[in-house]
Amino acid sequence: MSLIWMLGDNVNTDVIIPGRYNVTTDRSQLARYCLCEVMPEFAQQVKGGDVVMAGHNFGCGSSREHAPAALQACGIQVVIARSFARIFYRNAVNIGLPVLVCEEAVLASAGGEQVEVDLANGTIRNVTTNQTFQAEPLNPFVARIVAAGGIINYIRQEGTLR
Amino acid sequence: MGTLTEEIFSNKLGRTVEQGETVVVEVDRVMSHDTTTPLAIKAFRELAQQNNGRVFDPNRSHIVFDHIIPAATIAAATLQRDIRTFAQEQDITILQEGICHQVMPERGYVLPGDIIVGADSHSCTYGALGAFATGMGSTDIGVAYATGRTWFRVPPTINIRINGTLPFGVYAKDVTFEIVRMIGVDGANYRAIEYTGDLVEQMSVSERFTLCNMAIEMGGKAGLVAPDATTRAWLCGRTERDYPMLASNNPKYERVVEIDASLLQPMIACPPDVNNVTSVEELGHVSIDQVFLGTCTNGRLDDLEIAAHILQGKKIHPQTRMVVIPASREVYLEAMRLGYLETFVQAGASVGTPGCGPCIGRHFGVLAPGERALTTMNRNFTGRMGDPTAEIYLGSPATIAATALTGHITDPRHFIIKNHDRARSTIERNKK
Repeated sequence: MSLIWMLGDNVNTDVIIPGRYNVTTDRSQLARYCLCEVMPEFAQQVKGGDVVMAGHNFGCGSSREHAPAALQACGIQVVIARSFARIFYRNAVNIGLPVLVCEEAVLASAGGEQVEVDLANGTIRNVTTNQTFQAEPLNPFVARIVAAGGIINYIRQEGTLR
Repeated sequence: MGTLTEEIFSNKLGRTVEQGETVVVEVDRVMSHDTTTPLAIKAFRELAQQNNGRVFDPNRSHIVFDHIIPAATIAAATLQRDIRTFAQEQDITILQEGICHQVMPERGYVLPGDIIVGADSHSCTYGALGAFATGMGSTDIGVAYATGRTWFRVPPTINIRINGTLPFGVYAKDVTFEIVRMIGVDGANYRAIEYTGDLVEQMSVSERFTLCNMAIEMGGKAGLVAPDATTRAWLCGRTERDYPMLASNNPKYERVVEIDASLLQPMIACPPDVNNVTSVEELGHVSIDQVFLGTCTNGRLDDLEIAAHILQGKKIHPQTRMVVIPASREVYLEAMRLGYLETFVQAGASVGTPGCGPCIGRHFGVLAPGERALTTMNRNFTGRMGDPTAEIYLGSPATIAATALTGHITDPRHFIIKNHDRARSTIERNKK
């Protein structure tokens, strides 16, 4: 069972992992400071498999891939938002951090509930309220990258980018 | 037929490309900097079997050291050492002469019609020269280094038409704030922005850089200005390559937004979001601990000139610190020759090595808890310049200079000598 961590609109990548902590490729360091500006308790209390939900424009700002990498290193199973900023979305897909767009699921959650997510079908069940939601389907090209587990695996399978 | 973005993609792919299509294209240039290169190298290495361990073209692969330069910590120095090893192995020349978004155009690496990807969100700056350029994460850039290619969904375009003339004391930065206020911080998400109108046509390339630089502050994938005689003049002496003078041709814009610049005043973006815009006049009294003039948004010669004319022969307020960082070595040398740097130092400012400086909160002017800064940066996000309780306000170089003198956010119109209001004429004259 997974817990929902709820965030608002326009959560930028400086907030997800501040510039003063991202001069590293060490994922455990990134995990330690993830979301420290807005949810100081997050990095300590998050459990593997938990879910981040957010409002509009999640991951706006800097192109730093350290942002989805930090969430992934914290064990976040999937980020579900009303909408994503373009670069963050692409970065998450590339590194294999699942991202779903589902307006209804976010609006119907307060945070702190238990949730089950079926990534293959894009279904989200808020176990606490017993409501089920369907995420938006992926762009077909993005779906192929997701199916491969990220762009590196995709290119290895295809032999090149095409 | 199409928007400038569609024209650029059609020109590259040799067929008519329309918005909404997903395409794989060869890129003209790939760029990353000292913070984003390490993860790009990791992705690149994972594709060693696909590329024989070599970048697609060392002459079109660019690594710029600008984010923490010279290195401020052992961690930064270590990452930079590892990048140098990689660059040497791949025959890539590391550029250490200013901010990537200033150095790439100065070196003639950005031309009209080019498709450029950079591991920095402000790569959209290059659109000022009529290139399609966008920021990506390190893995995408590692893939581009390995394959010379990337994929795009060709975006729809918002056309922003800027007409009128800039009033006294109002600059391209103020116009940009008004645009972000109107569009919002995600109003251009997944979209390209094409800037047109009388004022854009009259703007210098430097002013167009300021406009296009902040397309990402609205979520924009790219911000573009069609190349014209001004573009040609700026590129003269910087490149030997031919380039196509592409323009939109009977475009279908998703949305058209009109702005009359004649009505604008000096503007401020208040923390913590860039669309939190108000005029300096309406803001009220806001005391400032530090001002910062520089960055890829406003660290160019005309920006420094505007500030230097306001500060000439004066001292900054005793309760306020001032940091000045020219965007590149070229700008630094020219500003030195013209006496601007001396003006800043005499006024009491700290002048730094060309680079990003405190814009990403790692060195050369980070903020203490509760402090307040006014800067020429493009972002005012919580914690960006240091402590998360510090506040960042954004303004034009003129507003920054006026504020340095008074210690609180100040309307530059009180300080500008009328003859020096349009610094551009001087800049164009001084341009070699």
